[in-house]
Amino acid sequence: MSLLLFRVDDRLIHGQVVIGWARPLGADFIVLVDDAVRESSWEQDLYRMGVPPEIEVIFASRSEAARDFAQWSSSPRRGILLTGAVETIAALGAAGVPLQRVNLGGVHHQPGRIERLPYLYLTDEELQLLERLEQSGVEVTAQDLPTATPVKLGALA
Amino acid sequence: MSEPVRGVVACHGRLAEALIDAVERISGIQGALVPVTNSECDKGLIEKRIAAAAGAGPAMVFTDLPSGSCLIAAATLARRQNAIVVVTGVNLAMLIDFVFHRDLPLAEVAARVSASGHKAIQVPG
Repeated sequence: MSLLLFRVDDRLIHGQVVIGWARPLGADFIVLVDDAVRESSWEQDLYRMGVPPEIEVIFASRSEAARDFAQWSSSPRRGILLTGAVETIAALGAAGVPLQRVNLGGVHHQPGRIERLPYLYLTDEELQLLERLEQSGVEVTAQDLPTATPVKLGALA
Repeated sequence: MSEPVRGVVACHGRLAEALIDAVERISGIQGALVPVTNSECDKGLIEKRIAAAAGAGPAMVFTDLPSGSCLIAAATLARRQNAIVVVTGVNLAMLIDFVFHRDLPLAEVAARVSASGHKAIQVPG
């Protein structure tokens, strides 16, 4: 089954991910790719608190994610790969990680970002990174929850 | 007498406002609790909202879930600011108890409201 969802969500592990996505997908593990959280054991403890014990949480840096991706994607278990930044998912794509599709789940307002959807704010540079990812063959859509209709990247410009 | 503990209720959606409205209607005490929503913001902005609501004095941050963006933001802030304690699983009973005991030391209030929150969960009959 391997990795079923590649999500960008700046709240990282929270209700929408654990209840909204992990439950219907039957996820056995979540890979959280974030260099800062990878180095912070107390933050890891906090993120684990939100995940049922039957779901394993793997904390990885960008380089570890690029290194271990093949192992996760060939796992007989079902997994979700999660990151908080467009830049991170773009970097994984640029590093040759075969992402196939990317789900934009929640990127919130910061200076320079433009509202594309109520839960999705992107700078023009972030949009360009995603467009490059799509040009490389990765399907990019915005969808906060499985019950919502996916929005194609082309509709966000 | 020490400064009363300020209460910040940080929840998903409009839950914090609704809880505080109920507390004020029941207790008659106004302004002891400040609502914070996590709507339309990332964890950094939630933390800023909580920090602004908590101020510099002793504060207790109540979060709805023992996980997620509200807890992460509150716990991150509490690591930097000693005068903040985080209590998860907020319910009406603990907030009502809180507004009547804000003059106690912070650690004592935390233990007290945690106990009253637990005590309110019953299966009658």
